[in-house]
Amino acid sequence: MSIFVDDDTRVVVQGITGGEGKFHAEQMIEYGTNVVAGAVPGKGGQEAAGVPVYDTVDAAAEEEDANASVIFVPPAFAADAIFEALDADLDLAVAITEGIPTQDMAKVNKRLGETDTRLLGPNCPGIITPGEAKLGILPGNIFADGNVGLVSRSGTLTYQVVDNLTERGIGQTTAIGIGGDPIIGTSFIDALEAFEADTETDAVVMCGEIGGEDEEQAARFIGEHMDTPVAGFIAGRTAPPGKRMGHAGAIVSGSGTGTAESKIDALNDAGVPVGDTPEEVADHIESFL
Amino acid sequence: MKLHEYQAKGIFADAGIPVPNSQLARSVEEVLDAVDEIGYPAAIKAQVHVGGRGKAGGIKIATDRDEAETYAEEILGMDLKGYTVETVLVESGVDFVDELYVGVTMDRGEGQPVLMVSTEGGVDIEEVAAETPDAIAREHVDPAFGLHPYQARKVVYNAGVDADVAGDVASIVSTLYDLYEANDATEIEVNPVMITSDRDVVAAADAVMNIDEDALFRQPKLAELEDEAYEDDLERKAGEYGFDYVRLSGNVGIIGNGAGLVMTTLDLVDYYGGSPANFLDIGGGAKAERVTNALDMVFSDPNVDSVVFNIFGGITRGDEVAKGINEALSDYDELPKPVVVRLAGTNAEEGMEILNTDLLQVEKTLEAAVQRAVENAKEVSA
Repeated sequence: MSIFVDDDTRVVVQGITGGEGKFHAEQMIEYGTNVVAGAVPGKGGQEAAGVPVYDTVDAAAEEEDANASVIFVPPAFAADAIFEALDADLDLAVAITEGIPTQDMAKVNKRLGETDTRLLGPNCPGIITPGEAKLGILPGNIFADGNVGLVSRSGTLTYQVVDNLTERGIGQTTAIGIGGDPIIGTSFIDALEAFEADTETDAVVMCGEIGGEDEEQAARFIGEHMDTPVAGFIAGRTAPPGKRMGHAGAIVSGSGTGTAESKIDALNDAGVPVGDTPEEVADHIESFL
Repeated sequence: MKLHEYQAKGIFADAGIPVPNSQLARSVEEVLDAVDEIGYPAAIKAQVHVGGRGKAGGIKIATDRDEAETYAEEILGMDLKGYTVETVLVESGVDFVDELYVGVTMDRGEGQPVLMVSTEGGVDIEEVAAETPDAIAREHVDPAFGLHPYQARKVVYNAGVDADVAGDVASIVSTLYDLYEANDATEIEVNPVMITSDRDVVAAADAVMNIDEDALFRQPKLAELEDEAYEDDLERKAGEYGFDYVRLSGNVGIIGNGAGLVMTTLDLVDYYGGSPANFLDIGGGAKAERVTNALDMVFSDPNVDSVVFNIFGGITRGDEVAKGINEALSDYDELPKPVVVRLAGTNAEEGMEILNTDLLQVEKTLEAAVQRAVENAKEVSA
C-alpha cells in the first residue's frame, strides 16, 4: 500500500518538451512510472520521451486516461498550468516549478478549495512510492520499498533522511516533498492523515524547517489524531531572525514566530521525538518498528 | 525586495494617498536646501534597508536650521547596523493627535491576503500582535475576486477608528490593497497613519513596501528601483554569483545544495560544538564554475578556518560533481583552509573515489564530515 500514487497512476507531464521536463519524464519512465502523455501548447501531435504530446491537459486526460500531472513549466506560466490541471479534474497535480509569484499561488489556493484535485508543491521534489511510481525529480535509487512514510518541506533533506533509513534496511511506503514555498497545496496534515489511514505505513518521518506555523499545526494533529508513531526533524535551529534561508518560506520573523524551538517544543508536546541529527531520526524510527 | 521609504511614499502619493511634503538629499547642502523649502519641524530620515532606524539614531527631527545641519552631518555617512547612509529623506513634520497602523500582507496559514488596521499605531506592530492581538482588526480578501469596498470600511470600523475620519482611512486601506495587488507586493505597511488636529489623514512616519522577488519579471519598473544593499563585500559577491548566502558569525564555512540540507549542515556544526560561518546553497548541479565560485566565497571570508562541502547529488551524478570539484581545485597547489567533502546520492561512491584527496579530506556520512570540519576549525584557531 501507499498514499496518493501507485502503479495505477497514469501521468501526463506538462512541459515535457522543455529540457527539464524531457529529462525527468525519461527518468520517471525509467523508474517504471506510467507516464502516458505530455501536454505542451502548440506541440500537439509530436512525441517526447517516447510518449504522445497533446496541446491541452484535457486532451491528454481524455485520450490517454491520465489521472495525474507533473508540472515542469517556467514560473511565469506555472500558475496557469496548475489551473489547467485542476480544471481537467485530475486526481493529483505535482508542481515542481520554483519561483511562482506568491499572489498567483493565493489564487490557485482559492481554487483548490473548490476542486477534488490534490496539489503537491510548488517548489517541491515530488512524490515516490518505491518500486511503483515516481512523480517528480527525486533520485529513485536511494529509495527502497518498505513500511515507513516520509513527508518533508525540503528536497535534499528528504534524500538525506531517506538515505539514513535505506542504509540500515528501512524502506518506505511513500515519500512526499510538500515544497518550501509560503503557499503550498498538500500540507503536512494532509500527508499525515493519509499515512495514518494507510495500513502498510507503520511509522512516519516528518521533516520540517523554520518559518510559518505548519509544523506546530501538524504537531497538534499528530497529538489528537494519530496512532502511527512519528519521528521529527526540524532544520534551521541556528538560523538568525530576519534572514531568509534559501526557501521563500524559511524565515524566522522579527517577532520570533516560526522558530525551530517553537516547532520542536510543539512536536515534543505531541509525543513526537525530534532528532538532533538525521541519523538520530533513523534511530527513533528503528525503535518504533 | 525591499523598497526604500521614499520609493514607497512616491508610489503612495502617485496613487492619491496624502503624504507629507518631502525631498531626497544626498549631502548636507541638499538637506539645508530642502529644509529651507519645507520648513520646521522637519524629519531627517536615513534611507537604508534596516529595521528600527529611529532607535539606532537614523531619524532626527530638526526644529531649526542649525539642528538640521547638525543632524544631516550626523546621519549622512553614518554606519547603521552595517549599512552606510548615503541618502536621507527630509520630510515636513506632521502635528498629529492620533496614530493608526494600516497594513496589507499575505496570511500564509490562510493562503489569502489580509488587511490589518489598529488604533495602536506608531509602535512595533509585532509587539501589539503578540501582546494584545485583539487591538488589530483583520479582514481577509479573496485573491480571486479582489477587495470589496465594504471590506475596507469594515476593517476600519472594527478597529474602532473615529467616525469622522473612518471614510478617509478606509480610502487609504482600499488604495493600499490595490497597490499590493498591482505591484506584486508581499507586504505594505504604513505605521503610523497620522490624524492631525484639523482631522486630516496623512500617511506619515514609516512606510514599508516589499515586493515579491519571484514576480519582478512582470514588474519591470519596480525591478529598476532595486537598491541592493549588502552588509559586506561577501554578500555582494554572493549576489553576483547567484548564490543563496547568509553570513554568520562563526568559523566553519559551509557549502551545500538545497536549502533544507544546508540549514541542517549548519545545525550539525553547532550540534557538534562548532560555529557556522555562513549559509551557502549552490543550488542544483555542481558545475566546476559554481564550485570554484563557492570555494572562492568561503576562502575569502577571513572568519573561516575550516570548510565542509556537503552535496547530495539527487539527479545530479556524484562522479560529475567530483569532476567539478577537482576541476575547481586545479587552480590550487595547496588549499588555504582545510576542506572536508562528503558526496551522497547517485554515483556517490564513484565520485568519492576520483576526488582529489591530496588536497581534500573525504568523509562518508554527513555527521562524520561535519565533526571533522569542526575539529579542523578548532585546530586552526587554536
